[in-house]
Amino acid sequence: MLENPNLCKEYVDVCVIGAGHAGCEAALASARLGLQTVIFTVSIDSIALMPCNPNIGGSSKGHLVREIDALGGEMGKNIDKTFIQSKMLNVSKGPAVHSLRAQADKSEYSRSMRRVLENQDHLTIKQAEIIELLIENGEIKGVVTYTGTTYYCKACVIATGTYLKARCLCGETITYTGPSGLQAANSLSKSLIDNGVKLRRFKTGTPARMDRRSIDFSKMEEQFGDERIEPFSFSTDPDSIQKEQISCYLTYTNEETHKIIRENLSRSPIYAGIIEGVGPRYCPSIEDKVVKFADKERHQVFIEPEGLYTNEMYVGGMSSSLPEDVQLKMYRTVPGLENCKIVRNAYAIEYDCLEPNQLLPSLELKELSGVFCAGQFNGSSGYEEAAAQGLIAGINAARKVLNKEPLVLDRSEAYIGVLIDDLVTKDNREPYRMMTSRAEYRLLLRQDNADLRLRKFGYEVGLVSKEEYDKVLLKEKLIDEEVKRLKEVIVGASKNIQDFLTRHESSLLRTGTSLADLLCRPELDYEKLAEIDVNRPSLSSDIINQVSIQVKYEGYIERQKIQVEQFKKMERKLIPADIDYDDVKSLRLEARQKLKAFKPLSIGQASRISGVTPADVSVLLVYIEQLHHRN
Amino acid sequence: MSETIAAISTALSEGGIGIIRVSGPDAIEIVNKIYRNKDGAYSLSSYKTHTIHYGFIYDGDKLLDEVMVSVMKAPNTFTREDMVEINCHGGVLVCKNILNLCLKTGAVLAEPGEFTKRAFLNGRIDLSKAEAVMDLISSKSNMSLNNSLNHLSGRLFEKIKSIRESILYEIAFIESALDDPEHISLDGFTDSLRKKLDVLLSDLSKLYDSFSTGKLLKEGINTCIVGKPNVGKSSLLNFLSGYERAIVTDIAGTTRDTIEERVILKDISLNLIDTAGIHDSSDTVENIGVERAKKYAKGADLILFLMDATEKLSNDDLAIIDFIKDKKVIALINKIDAGKEIGSSEVKKLFSKESKVLEISVKSGDGICDLESVIEEMFIHGEISVNDDLYITNLRQADLIKKSMDSLSHVVESLDLGLPEDFYSIDLMSAYATLGKIIGEDIDDDLVEEIFSKFCMGK
Repeated sequence: MLENPNLCKEYVDVCVIGAGHAGCEAALASARLGLQTVIFTVSIDSIALMPCNPNIGGSSKGHLVREIDALGGEMGKNIDKTFIQSKMLNVSKGPAVHSLRAQADKSEYSRSMRRVLENQDHLTIKQAEIIELLIENGEIKGVVTYTGTTYYCKACVIATGTYLKARCLCGETITYTGPSGLQAANSLSKSLIDNGVKLRRFKTGTPARMDRRSIDFSKMEEQFGDERIEPFSFSTDPDSIQKEQISCYLTYTNEETHKIIRENLSRSPIYAGIIEGVGPRYCPSIEDKVVKFADKERHQVFIEPEGLYTNEMYVGGMSSSLPEDVQLKMYRTVPGLENCKIVRNAYAIEYDCLEPNQLLPSLELKELSGVFCAGQFNGSSGYEEAAAQGLIAGINAARKVLNKEPLVLDRSEAYIGVLIDDLVTKDNREPYRMMTSRAEYRLLLRQDNADLRLRKFGYEVGLVSKEEYDKVLLKEKLIDEEVKRLKEVIVGASKNIQDFLTRHESSLLRTGTSLADLLCRPELDYEKLAEIDVNRPSLSSDIINQVSIQVKYEGYIERQKIQVEQFKKMERKLIPADIDYDDVKSLRLEARQKLKAFKPLSIGQASRISGVTPADVSVLLVYIEQLHHRN
Repeated sequence: MSETIAAISTALSEGGIGIIRVSGPDAIEIVNKIYRNKDGAYSLSSYKTHTIHYGFIYDGDKLLDEVMVSVMKAPNTFTREDMVEINCHGGVLVCKNILNLCLKTGAVLAEPGEFTKRAFLNGRIDLSKAEAVMDLISSKSNMSLNNSLNHLSGRLFEKIKSIRESILYEIAFIESALDDPEHISLDGFTDSLRKKLDVLLSDLSKLYDSFSTGKLLKEGINTCIVGKPNVGKSSLLNFLSGYERAIVTDIAGTTRDTIEERVILKDISLNLIDTAGIHDSSDTVENIGVERAKKYAKGADLILFLMDATEKLSNDDLAIIDFIKDKKVIALINKIDAGKEIGSSEVKKLFSKESKVLEISVKSGDGICDLESVIEEMFIHGEISVNDDLYITNLRQADLIKKSMDSLSHVVESLDLGLPEDFYSIDLMSAYATLGKIIGEDIDDDLVEEIFSKFCMGK
């Protein structure tokens, strides 16, 4: 075929398709690693758009943001610049589940991220829809835009979010657009399918936005931010971000609300069977809540500002795909919303996404070399989940071009590792959300120690400076020394010690005891011990925090470390890529089919595939040992 | 593979000697804690490799058995790990007790085929055997699971299931509150959890007791008493049950027309099953009983076949002999105090040479001692055997229940220490997973399912 001489050609290293939270992290990582990178978006104004809830972080998602930051990603820094309220959740619970959440000024968040992208060396932003991947011999050669330009590249990252063949549903009204009325991407799905990629259809939804002036806040409970604000980024100076915060408000649905919903269920596209996509159970629409939890008398509704310079308010807890007239009736039954005016209707959105078992843990497609995938396209949901994958996909796309081994974090190293392993190993049947219960080693994977866990990876990859890394090494050293000191300093049963213990309702000493042992007592803490620990060094609060956690929860932490050792052993046992499972006679049929479908890289990964029993794993171990010896 | 494993490596039926095999990094240390030499010293760890020693196994201060213990240090052992083998001669119960003791002291029960697997993975077994090793692992574990499922009574299965469900609910509650603190509150939760744990622990402890005494699981020699009606089957059962040297426990019969008794003669445990009398009948209800009796007889390890000395051999007797002749049978001519119509030589001809024929009277007690000796002898010579795999299954189940209790006790400790929910929910999870192994269920997405179905999450 003759080439059309009128079409443009460009030559770059890495193409990133989509500029949402995944695309931004991917493009920045790739460009920062020195590769010529171009990022495509259907609309420059939708870079780092937050089309749903106006916050970043929250339970387990806050962990992801801290990890992204520790690795050298941008999300944490960007929310530190643009938050309008901040809160540490779960502070009454254990340190492993403390979780930071910030309300963002949505448009500022988006603008600020766009500025970072615009000023990044080696990075070009291009407003264009990608309609085709150029694949030769199972390898990426380039991408083609709607206007016919070909960008030749060595790797690409697909981060199309909810845009692929998107359609939005509001009752009987269906529009074929992406979120917030943005243009959908209707061609890329076909190119992917033509190249053997399996896609499926998911759905999600968002509640209405309301005019602040139409809401009566006096009927709601005001929700304030924390007095002392903690930043997300380990690079942000906490003193620099203390500021006046904007409140959120809490109100509730009631019987009347539920009645209206029940009466109009037949007009919901989900209950009417119009929606084919599978929705997430963890952020159910208000219709779902009313149907599935019929005995609940009321549901919480959080009214959250969308930004400083807008009157739009987000109605958290009441996403819906009911028609406009029902929405208005239902919202107006909620105390404080009696006279509400809806600025944007609630809607559900359906989109094409990947069956992620086609991915390697590096987020590269198993069958298409150089094609990396990230974010909601991989069947996840949430800004933070997207950004985390984007960062890893961007790093690994760059490393592919540089001929380096991919960065793969495992389940014992990071929530990011859990997230990606779950996506590529498990049979996810709904949009995947991070949850702390999914992280089996969560006592070690805390948001407070993400820098201690992951800075070294960021430094080795090249996204974290020597200076930042040295800071972590010093912190580590100070923590170790202080833990050691607390274990070594023995206090005797002297009068002032016993007095001290009496005052704190702690049992008296019979023999000498280390300060560490005293710190383990639930009624005592590091601060209280100051009185009987006169020679302690002066340490910053984050170091004291680490020391306290390590000492107080040592038993549990040590047990998890032993489990991690066991886990690592299995992860290190690799399965040869060319293994023929039909040759492993003693495998049960189900296990054989699953192993063929998932092609796990290691024995550890194989053991997590549902339908593969411990006996199958043993059989596999023996088989692989035999292979090793044969060769 | 850093765990130390233990198992009984001899078939349990093969007479007096049994070997408990322990392999792994702590093998010597573990046995050292339970073995004392003839001077009463804990000396095992000082012994040289590949030596064998006389001594005793103690559970605390209680002497379990007189043993020979061999110590073999890595790498020149079967598994290429440190290994200890305890040769005991106290029979099945003692073997079992010593194994249990090893487990209590820190070993874990070997998975099916695990010694062989370790031997292979550590390079000890010829590569050409790999196929065989794989087959062994997969067939043994399938069998083990089947055994486990087949021999758990429905009631027991349901009980474990319901305990698991309660645990899962608690975990899901904690986790949903951790994930969505603004919608779900844990206020007052610890008190209610504490109470529930007490109940769960006491339920599990009852289960554990029944597993370890074997009440609920058919373990031992399944011995079926058959014969035509009124030949004295029930009397024999009652007699053996009431035998002065026997320990008797009741097992509720699984069917209304058979009665089971657990009888332990010396260290040999018999599950005596009394069946309906077998004869040709036109009565439908009775025929059902007869069919059942035949079925039991088929599955039995040993058959006690009773005849009536006051009558000639009947067609019914001959019909019974016909369908039991391939089994291990002790033929008993009962009521010799009242008649001599049947002679033992006549009966002997009807069975194979090895079969035993005894003349007894349940009424007077004549010949019962001989019966006991014959059973013991057959057992010691390995002529009759218990189902080893079943026995191991039982032990594994008991071990798993114990482990889940340990996990729950951990939770109680953590609650008392005021540790936060996210810590002890890990122990709840491991109790849940451990119990799942008993009923062959894994944990995959259970928790996430439970969270979403029972608790209304945010947004």
